[in-house]
Amino acid sequence: MFGKLTINAIPWDQPIPLVAGAVVIVILLAVLAWVVIKGHFPYLWREWITSVDHKRIGVMYVLLGLVMLLRGFIDAIMMRSQQALAYQAPGYLPPHHFDQIFSAHGTIMIFFAAMPIVIGLMNFVVPLQLGVRDVAFPTLNSTSFWLTATGALLVNISLVVGEFAKTGWLPYPPLSELPFSPGVGVDYYIWALLISGVGTLITGVNFVTTILKMRAPGMSYLRMSMFCWTALAANLLIVAAFPLLTATLIMLALDRYLGFHFFGNEAGGNMPLFVNLIWAWGHPEVYILVLPSFGIFSEVISTFSGKPLFGYRSMVIATLGICIVSFVVWLHHFFTMGAGADVNAFFGIATSVIAIMTGVKVFNWLFTMYGGRIRYSTPMLWSLGFIPTFVLGGMTGVLLAVPPADFQLHNSLFLVSHFHNVIIGGVVFAAFAGVSYWFPKAFGFRLYEGWGKAAFWFTFLGFYVTFLPLYVAGLLGMTRRLQHYDVAEWRPWVLAAAAGIVILAVAMVCQIAQLVLSIRDRAALRDETGDPWDGRSLEWATASPPPVFNFAFLPDVRGQDPYWAIKQRAIETQQLAAAGEYQAIEMPRNSATGFVTAFFATLTGFGLIWHIWWLVGLGLVLAYAGFVVFAWRDEDEYAVPASEVKRIDGERRRAREEWLKRRGGAGEAA
Amino acid sequence: MTATATVTLPRAPGLQAGAEAPGHGEGGPASTLVIVAYGFWIFLISDIVMFSAFFAAHAVLQMATDGGPGPRDLFDLRRVAIETACLLLSSFTCGLSALGSEARRMTWTQAALLVTGLLGLAFLFLEMREFASMVAAGAGPQRSAFLSSFFALVGCHGVHVSVGLLWLGTMMAQLFVKGFRADIRRRLLCFNMFWHMLDIVWVAIFTLVYLVGVAR
Repeated sequence: MFGKLTINAIPWDQPIPLVAGAVVIVILLAVLAWVVIKGHFPYLWREWITSVDHKRIGVMYVLLGLVMLLRGFIDAIMMRSQQALAYQAPGYLPPHHFDQIFSAHGTIMIFFAAMPIVIGLMNFVVPLQLGVRDVAFPTLNSTSFWLTATGALLVNISLVVGEFAKTGWLPYPPLSELPFSPGVGVDYYIWALLISGVGTLITGVNFVTTILKMRAPGMSYLRMSMFCWTALAANLLIVAAFPLLTATLIMLALDRYLGFHFFGNEAGGNMPLFVNLIWAWGHPEVYILVLPSFGIFSEVISTFSGKPLFGYRSMVIATLGICIVSFVVWLHHFFTMGAGADVNAFFGIATSVIAIMTGVKVFNWLFTMYGGRIRYSTPMLWSLGFIPTFVLGGMTGVLLAVPPADFQLHNSLFLVSHFHNVIIGGVVFAAFAGVSYWFPKAFGFRLYEGWGKAAFWFTFLGFYVTFLPLYVAGLLGMTRRLQHYDVAEWRPWVLAAAAGIVILAVAMVCQIAQLVLSIRDRAALRDETGDPWDGRSLEWATASPPPVFNFAFLPDVRGQDPYWAIKQRAIETQQLAAAGEYQAIEMPRNSATGFVTAFFATLTGFGLIWHIWWLVGLGLVLAYAGFVVFAWRDEDEYAVPASEVKRIDGERRRAREEWLKRRGGAGEAA
Repeated sequence: MTATATVTLPRAPGLQAGAEAPGHGEGGPASTLVIVAYGFWIFLISDIVMFSAFFAAHAVLQMATDGGPGPRDLFDLRRVAIETACLLLSSFTCGLSALGSEARRMTWTQAALLVTGLLGLAFLFLEMREFASMVAAGAGPQRSAFLSSFFALVGCHGVHVSVGLLWLGTMMAQLFVKGFRADIRRRLLCFNMFWHMLDIVWVAIFTLVYLVGVAR
């Protein structure tokens, strides 16, 4: 009846996951109870769960990502504290539990923290910056989100029901094959990633179509904001790379479920095939995360320097260059596998070429700031912290790209430090820069600057205190993923890293305090005008939070930094551009399709993991039924009446006019 | 285009945007038809990328027969030729359905779709028989890495055809109930593209798996 699932799947003998799981369940139940008792459920269902508004979906993505970031960070704390304690001692985490923690840490941080935050920001910002009202496929967008949430849910269920993979964040065979990983851990990994991967792929299709086919009148390619360009590059990479992940995981699943021999030891299976396929996805994945991050920094640095982005065209070329070259560097993840000197040399050189294009970007950011009037707000601090951090990480990356050096450094903590250096310095800093930059746009009030700045400085410091020692430990020969060790020279560096994680924890507390206190004092932090940072791109042209239709009139774009031009015109003439005649606006209707699909995907995934075949069949049949019901729908749009559009836009215009008056009164000094 | 660029009519994405708005350059958002077809193209490209991974795996593993049967022992080119004919013909009838839908001729469209579906079913039936006979002869996917990659690649195409048939049935019912509505016609267009894509993939399978396999 329940396949492999028995009551013993719950790890009764392991207090840590049990207590953690219990706490999470209690919190979840409490939140659910609060929602139901307070009668918030209809609101949640109507305004969020079934919403197909790209802004709402973006916010939910970011929220999911931040919660998962917290979960992944707790894993990090456990790993660092285990290693701090495990010098000539067993520590407090048994080996197999430790294995699950580092596997879960990597999987969660990449797939369910970094990806959702980056995709969430793209969701929220890209249609606004393009000057349009939604993405190309709003309902599919909601489906994307809920499938991602399904993946996250499955990974977190593995905390209490069964186990997670003990194979590392990429399940290399033969370890991940059935004889060596007989439990459900790898299966949780496979199905969580397959399901969320479908969601990501749909996002890629959606955004490529949106950016290439739906832009405001006048928004030619070379007028798009840098964030839109990097989003385009990232989504092209998603379309080209994620199917490889899907195919590879399907092959691994066939090996495990049906006795195929793709990657196993017997019958001609080929392990390097897996490693090649997974990294042919895995390396572009790095750029899927970091290119939009570059976009965020470009926006922030340009805005807070009060200047257009320096070298816009070279930035576009560098972005697309990275996009293409990122597909011919994957082998640098396994120089040691023995492909031969010539092959290694090719991939080593290709890797270094990427560093050149990234270097172009770094100089562009520096020259954007040069001569600008820089405002040191929280988003700008993250961007400023990013530059030296990312340059350091890039340089250790170039070091690793040299095959002979890589033979020494492969799988050492030097490597671990390198990729944390670029991912934290690049993606995490960008996530916080982006969240603090666009938060007022999303919610209509700012975040406390003080707490934000404190969070930045603690993160900045904590990062260096954690990972610089690990570089040294790596050079001293310490390999990654050690549950315990007995080399005395490593110990001081491991202890230093543990101190670093304490500083990072303080940063995390600052972030939470920032969020909670800002929500409490939201009235005082209100953003009245919709343009709190003196912005340059179109998202600042609309109100904060933007109305469901984003723009009452599609903006008329006449150059780069279109909102800056609109604003300057308004300041010169001391009046806003005249409003046209308001008309009704057709918007896509809410749809439960995404949520329902994800619900059945969860059932199917859970059934597959535990070999509960009737549940698998039921989930698939119901998913098809859901598809038919959705396809049968006749009305997929509704109209926002002209009077309503006029009322909403009127409020925005009033706020802007007041601002204009205030500004005019203050003269040029303002 | 700058003249049209100053249009201030409120437009929902790709809704009333007229045919004059191509969606590139400076013309504003494209029409829904363009957006849907374009997005579906992008999706098909991603699907082809997925197939390419299975092709790559097959290329790597095709010699790994583990002492078991190889392509020459297993492949019956006559049957595969008939399968190919079924699928290519179904692509033709699928194209006919597109013409029928352009001409708003219900019977014609439905008949063409029905024949497409029947040919697809025939293809699937032949493929199932091929698989069954191989498994019965002890040459199932568990026998060797070569056979694993064969069954996965050809089976993946077969699953696509099956899903296509499910979609086709749904589309025929929708067309019957709702007629040639704009959204139904867009979906028929997408189905057409999907079906032709499966044909392209099959041509690659026929060549690279069957012909090259036997010629080795």
